[in-house]
Amino acid sequence: MKITRIAAVAAVATLALGLAACGKEGTPTPQTPAGASSGAATGDACTSSGVSLTPASGVSIAGSPTFDKIKAAGKVVVGVKFDQPNLGYKDASGKRCGFDIEIARLIASKLGIDPAKIEYKEIASANRETAIKGGEVDYYVGTYSITDKRKADVAFAGPYFIAAQDLLVRKDDTSITGSDSLKGKTVCSATGSTPIQRVRDQKLTDKIVEFKTYSECVSQLIDKKVDAVTTDDAILKGYAAQNPTLLKVVGKPFTDPATGKPYPEKYGIGLPHDDKALRDFVNASLETAESDGTWQKIYDGTLGKSGSPATAPKLEKY
Amino acid sequence: MSNFIHVLTDNWDIIGPHFWTTIKLFLFAGIGSLVLGTLLTAMRVSPIPALRAFGTSYVLLVRNTPLTLVFALLVFAAPKLGLNIDYVPTARVALIAYTSAFVCEVLRSGINTVPVGQAEAARALGMTFTQVLGSIVLPQAFRTVVPPMMSVLNAMLKNTTIAAGFSVAEAGAIQAYLSERSENQIYVLLWVAIGFLILVLPLIFTQRMLERRWRVAR
Repeated sequence: MKITRIAAVAAVATLALGLAACGKEGTPTPQTPAGASSGAATGDACTSSGVSLTPASGVSIAGSPTFDKIKAAGKVVVGVKFDQPNLGYKDASGKRCGFDIEIARLIASKLGIDPAKIEYKEIASANRETAIKGGEVDYYVGTYSITDKRKADVAFAGPYFIAAQDLLVRKDDTSITGSDSLKGKTVCSATGSTPIQRVRDQKLTDKIVEFKTYSECVSQLIDKKVDAVTTDDAILKGYAAQNPTLLKVVGKPFTDPATGKPYPEKYGIGLPHDDKALRDFVNASLETAESDGTWQKIYDGTLGKSGSPATAPKLEKY
Repeated sequence: MSNFIHVLTDNWDIIGPHFWTTIKLFLFAGIGSLVLGTLLTAMRVSPIPALRAFGTSYVLLVRNTPLTLVFALLVFAAPKLGLNIDYVPTARVALIAYTSAFVCEVLRSGINTVPVGQAEAARALGMTFTQVLGSIVLPQAFRTVVPPMMSVLNAMLKNTTIAAGFSVAEAGAIQAYLSERSENQIYVLLWVAIGFLILVLPLIFTQRMLERRWRVAR
């Protein structure tokens, strides 16, 4: 009896150890979803575009409750993304960088706030309207497309960038040359996002995979569980630039079957709906940055590193 | 109020199929985890030390791993080891693997309520271990554990929403879709909650029915 019990204990211990070892082996990998960004970040620490921003002094915006709040607090709360390399990104050491981040810093400095005093809030795409409406953030800069539907909830300054839908594929994959060659391929994008809806609506492929973040999609692309990731080219180029040996952007924008034209994604700065004074101020700030070359410098130092040039878009004031 | 109704009627093309996926996932994982959980229980009370040890370690390990981690392991780690399963089967496997550990514990507590004399009498009649367990002990154990077992299944039903984060288009993903359509988020979440309430009802009725039907036996 005693012997069986000892044997049982030994067996338990061996098995438990064996299983624990298995668990340990797997341990580094569950970090992959986050690791896809932070892991890649190890060789990709944040660097600034080098544009220096000095906070403006004596700024006043009459009739802007948001600005009054910012001024009283002495800081500004900005909603951003953190997992889009070269756009809205936070590296392993906690530093933030990217095109959107620098635009956010630019606006802060024009508002008279030291960019170092920005409080960043990571807001998922699905919660942007809620966060702006609820006053959780003062403004939002994070691949936020201007749409009429969203204009009912929030206001937009900009656009400060115009993107188009494209495809990110593995570098050795020559079979995907554009949206028309997706038949039978597995395509990944963010859950419920417009780009993946287009793939569905245009019946480009039946194999659709959706994750909460693009970094998860990119991780699955590298692991060959999906064949392409689709969304705005700005986001995709950021990933391609981060992993140039493994990934490439196809470079052929999706087009509307009805008109034959690409779908423009006009990135705007999300602002509280009724704060027209602030909106006019941010638009004026963007206009200045575009005419004095700051915009171009920010672009060249961030997204421009992925090799494709761009010029500042025309603002659409309303 | 009409806005609230419209969120459902305008988006039924999203809400309907997503909840259908949830139901299928629940049925699959429910049956699977009941079967695997029963097997694990059998292992834990079996006369073979190695089986007992395996059952114990499995429950210890899986019950203490967050479900999201189980999913992440299968979705992000498995492909790196060359294991490529599709997303829906992955979700089923993750849910079954996780829930069966809880089913096992619930069932084992039921076994503990069956008087030892029952098993001894069965053995005295010359029954084998499988017969004792299958025809004498387990049927009585199942009767006792109807309420906690339904709680486990109920929790599993809600756990299915984790699959939404791993590329399974089920009820947990509805919010993301309807947010892209700029619907009122509170209304959307209320509808999802109502949907789950409706899905829980059959479980409650099953529990009542089973409790009523099996009450007599002891």
